Amino acid sequence: MHLMEVKQLGVQFQTPDGLVSAVNGISFALDRGKTLGIVGESGSGKSQSVLAIMGLLATNGRATGQVLYQGQDLISMPTQDLNRIRGNRVAMIFQDPMTSLNPYLTVERQMTEVLEFHKGMSRKDARAKALQALDAVKMPEAAKRIMMYPHEFSGGMRQRVMIAMSLLCEPDVLIADEPTTALDVTVQAQILILMRELQRDFGTAIVMITHDLGVVAGLCDEVMVLYGGQVMEQGDAESIFYKPSHPYTAGLLAAVPRLEGGDAPMLAIPGAPPNMARLPAGCPFTERCVMALPQCGTVRPVFAPAAHDAHVLRACHLNIEDVTQNLQRLKAQQGVAA
Amino acid sequence: MTGAPHSVQPLLSVKNLRVHFPIRGESAWPWTPTRFLKAVDGVSFDLHAGETLGIVGESGCGKSTLARALLNLVPLSDGSVAWHGDEMRGASPQAWQAKRKAVQMIFQDPLASLDPRMTVAQIIGEPLRTHCPELSSAQHNERVLAMMLRVGLTAQQINRYPHEFSGGQCQRIGIARALILKPQVVICDEPVSALDVSIQAQIINLLKELQAEMGLALVFIAHDLAVVKHISQRVMVMYLGRAMEVAHKHALYDTPHHPYTQALLSAIPVPDPRIERGKTLQLLQGDLPSPINQPSGCVFRTRCPKAVAQCAQDIPPLRRVAPQSQSACILD
Repeated sequence: MHLMEVKQLGVQFQTPDGLVSAVNGISFALDRGKTLGIVGESGSGKSQSVLAIMGLLATNGRATGQVLYQGQDLISMPTQDLNRIRGNRVAMIFQDPMTSLNPYLTVERQMTEVLEFHKGMSRKDARAKALQALDAVKMPEAAKRIMMYPHEFSGGMRQRVMIAMSLLCEPDVLIADEPTTALDVTVQAQILILMRELQRDFGTAIVMITHDLGVVAGLCDEVMVLYGGQVMEQGDAESIFYKPSHPYTAGLLAAVPRLEGGDAPMLAIPGAPPNMARLPAGCPFTERCVMALPQCGTVRPVFAPAAHDAHVLRACHLNIEDVTQNLQRLKAQQGVAA
Repeated sequence: MTGAPHSVQPLLSVKNLRVHFPIRGESAWPWTPTRFLKAVDGVSFDLHAGETLGIVGESGCGKSTLARALLNLVPLSDGSVAWHGDEMRGASPQAWQAKRKAVQMIFQDPLASLDPRMTVAQIIGEPLRTHCPELSSAQHNERVLAMMLRVGLTAQQINRYPHEFSGGQCQRIGIARALILKPQVVICDEPVSALDVSIQAQIINLLKELQAEMGLALVFIAHDLAVVKHISQRVMVMYLGRAMEVAHKHALYDTPHHPYTQALLSAIPVPDPRIERGKTLQLLQGDLPSPINQPSGCVFRTRCPKAVAQCAQDIPPLRRVAPQSQSACILD
């Protein structure tokens, strides 16, 4: 049995414009010590899918499908039971460390609260444990800083507090929603190394949500690429990065500005992200896909194992040779080195 | 400067620019001296016609303040800003008004920098109304429409409001507004950092095309070294209000001299699993020091992996360390 298994997870929102489907049937399995990266642009549904896993959707949102943690379904579970698991066995790091810490409480109170609730510890034991956690995330002068309020910390330090807090109960699964997006690159590098070390020491499974393909490359074993609330491609990191089989994945990889690149123009994906309330009947990427076939706009491609690689699942009408050839032709047209 | 073809007189010449913000209300006693936040502390550079200067640094390094100071959007404390050889420090609002026709700015947040109650036509046409009031309304509309089409907007969108556009399209509107007066210099303050990767590439390609067409000089500010590399000829790396290294693009990326530049370059995650997992990081410790209590000597020494005792004593000046690089480090 997998540590966590998500089956056909969907998220719908009831809005004044009607029912909007933010996430459509994503599935994955996660084992101890492994990292899954969920990549996508803004509005692709990556944050909503993990909020659904944690039961944290807005009141007009509804999750469908199954999220099995050690065989128990988190979605159909009563809130009371869910509260025993989330924050304890399944923890989350949020994107914005300023708005997700309570500004009225000291870091010490926020951290001990977790331990008193989940572990029934006394305040004194909880405090000692919280200090240990802050030391583990390499917070300098932890004993002094634990009495401070969130606004007294810098962005990187606040994110360390968040990570320390999520690790207090030594969770089996850690969900990190863009944990480094708000940080500078040098601080991002510190935090990513920290997460890698913590995973090695505790064997935590990580779900890493990000739009930065570089972060995924450094951390993730498996990658899921989302667009318009649907999975475009999913597979092990090596296959996705070196042999992208979906036009969106390939386009995204080509659009990343690289240090080693020349002066040629960058290969952009034309158009803008889709309106989730008015998705086409077929593949959501159709409008921006330079390789789209006539049937792409009307027939939704089946999400199935790829012919070339059993480790990869993809949803595209084109076969992989056509995708690769088309991409090389495009690069040649724009003068980009292949 | 290095490499770029240039006329004798630079378009913009900045010398020893300082922007210090007084911190008021810290103490109740009137006799306590006011402390200053040193946002920009002695930056100098020249910008020549048609050239792109990239300015990179982490948040709080003063790059946005520097951009604003170049247009007098924040008060200068010391130093000189000369546009076309005319000293603009302490210049009258009328003198600035006349200069701004040739010097425009593109802002970071594409939506927040557009007035939500103006239509696209009004937003893009506003600089024309201010600086070219003699145009007839037909000429005015013609120029607005031509500019809209040039930046990739459609004629049907002319009466829409900013909230109806996506982030990338809003940035196109901001670019159209900046370019409608046919300026010589555009200061771009993080124009792509709020955009998705696929849209980023569109906007950078557009800026490069427009630069080639109109012969623009750009000051391109970003925190992403990879983005800056794609558009700049010269790059300045800033840290805590000072320039750490100024170099020609290839010199900076191939042989970075300053320890801070080296650390920045190595910290960028590369979208390639084999490289990313194999690389050794030059990890910086700790956070940016407070710009109010700056470290003595070199401002980077508190996080520098190579710092020696001498670094705490003198402020290292920017000096030439290679034909195309200047670095502010005593070790080189």
